[in-house]
Amino acid sequence: MSDSPPNARADASLDGDVMVVKVGGDWRIIGQHPAWEAAVATWQSQPRVMIRADRLGWWDSSLALYLRAARVWAETAGIKISIEGMPDAALKLADLLDKKCEPPPKPSHVPDLFTALGATTVKLWHETKDLAQLVGDCVFSMGRFFRGHAQFRWRDCFSEMQQCGAMALPIVGLISFLVGVTLAYTGSIVVRQYGGDIWIADMVGLAVVREMGPMMAAIVLAGRTGAAYAATLGNMKANEEIDALSTLGVSPIDFLVMPRIVALFCMMPFLALYSDCLGFLGGMAIGAAPPLNLPPNLYWAETQTIVDLSDINTGLIKAASYGLVIGIAGCLRGLQADRSAAGVGQAATAAVVTSILLIIVSDAVYAVIFNILGW
Amino acid sequence: MTSTASNSAPPPAIELHDVACGYGGRNVLEGITFVVKRAEIFFIIGGSGCGKSTLLRHMIGLNQPSKGSVKYFGRDFTRASARERQELLRSFGVLYQSGALWSSMTLRENVALPLELLTDLDRREREQIVSLKLAQVGLAGYEDYFPSDISGGMKKRAGLARALALDPGIVFFDEPGAGLDPITSLKLDELVKEIRDTLGTTIVIVSHELASIFDIGDRVVMLDREVRGIIAEGDPRILRDTSKDVRVQEFLNRRLEPVPRHSTQHT
Repeated sequence: MSDSPPNARADASLDGDVMVVKVGGDWRIIGQHPAWEAAVATWQSQPRVMIRADRLGWWDSSLALYLRAARVWAETAGIKISIEGMPDAALKLADLLDKKCEPPPKPSHVPDLFTALGATTVKLWHETKDLAQLVGDCVFSMGRFFRGHAQFRWRDCFSEMQQCGAMALPIVGLISFLVGVTLAYTGSIVVRQYGGDIWIADMVGLAVVREMGPMMAAIVLAGRTGAAYAATLGNMKANEEIDALSTLGVSPIDFLVMPRIVALFCMMPFLALYSDCLGFLGGMAIGAAPPLNLPPNLYWAETQTIVDLSDINTGLIKAASYGLVIGIAGCLRGLQADRSAAGVGQAATAAVVTSILLIIVSDAVYAVIFNILGW
Repeated sequence: MTSTASNSAPPPAIELHDVACGYGGRNVLEGITFVVKRAEIFFIIGGSGCGKSTLLRHMIGLNQPSKGSVKYFGRDFTRASARERQELLRSFGVLYQSGALWSSMTLRENVALPLELLTDLDRREREQIVSLKLAQVGLAGYEDYFPSDISGGMKKRAGLARALALDPGIVFFDEPGAGLDPITSLKLDELVKEIRDTLGTTIVIVSHELASIFDIGDRVVMLDREVRGIIAEGDPRILRDTSKDVRVQEFLNRRLEPVPRHSTQHT
């Protein structure tokens, strides 16, 4: 490779009734090179064409393409063409393009409607089975755990607790505070019409403790921790690390899944309480500001009148079950992941979608149950 | 890429001078100096953990050597400006161990991407080059397949087609035979040889597959973990028969104890 290569050239000239195209210079695919059509634009009526190498330097596939274009043009126009002095390898490459090969049967990626419907139904059935299988495995693993037979490492569990608990405090705190602010602002539009500014504390207090605190903590953890679980387990599956555990006789459920689920189950109620506190603070900050101008002690006293222990318990029960849901969804998607980089990414996305879907569904179920129980 | 013009003593394809490389401030290899001639099939060999792949990563610019220089066609890659570096990167292609095909793209798109991003070729020309490259590696007709639709050996061939897309002067192979059956590995060796013979491409292969080394290798350098450098360099067949170094003898003869010398020499 020289520093300043001479440009590729193809000079056409007439020699009697023969059009001679002298091809020379350096032909590089990443540089400029002449097109056959340009060389013959003014000489199309000639009955014979000769391509001759003339101080040809470096060449690559671009020369093979040029020679092939010349052949195709000559064949189409019924013109006799001869090629002289060209490297055999370049002609061989040009021949490769002319080779007609029987294309192998292409796997179909677009199934018809009924096939797609059937495949989706079967997939749904398998996913339900996988979910049931994982839940069942977790229950058995829990049994082994209480009998002291589980291959469960507390060290891993504490590490996961730190990751999903302490490390999540800043983002959960920020989001919960802002949700409190938003609730207070939105609520104030209604309560001020009736002169009931103080009721903003009741509204924010109840909404945060019963719904928004656990919900916000769960949604943050679904995106943060659930996706991480899916990606980690997916990657371990792709690297055959999970297979290695299985062949050692170590249950991946005991060793990998349970520490994560237990960590989320234990930490979610604490995160929900923390989220509640930050939500109160958000509401209190807006209450203290104009136009509501509620003193913080008054706001707090009003909150205490409406929020009782059953509300807090309601939130904590929900939070613990959201933790289970996120853990199960994250681990399930990770274990289901394809053994590829794309599969790991898809597993992480699917974990977040599944977690959020199941959180909303379980929230609705809890609303009905708590209503019946009168909590 | 090849040339029909005769230049006066053109620089070699690759020159390494006193290269030291490693990770996190710790050198795995030091004082690495060798030259790869144009159109040569050159193997970097050695036992597991000796730094073969580390050296490859530093040669292709994924990591920066802590000392020394790597030159391609006489141009210094280690101290090149960003623009020069970009140009030099186009002078070589790399076939990674797994093929490293982009799984969301068809083989056509995989091979066409470098052409689309790095050349001014129009769509029709790009299509032709893609067909040509896939035909060169024996995958004509597989343009619309996804990597997940083809076998491991075919993935490596497709990865090679992508590495050849810009007709680089040098192609690096990282453990090309890994995970392949002997026949598929043999076919890949033949393909490597054919590419060298057809296009005059310089081939550098990181491997410890003895069959490939003796079948197609013109020269080798052997790295050693203890020495953290080169312990042998030359024709693999001659090294096998004449080297007095026990480590070279053990490795190239695949035996644990020193073996008696062969009576004949292969060239």
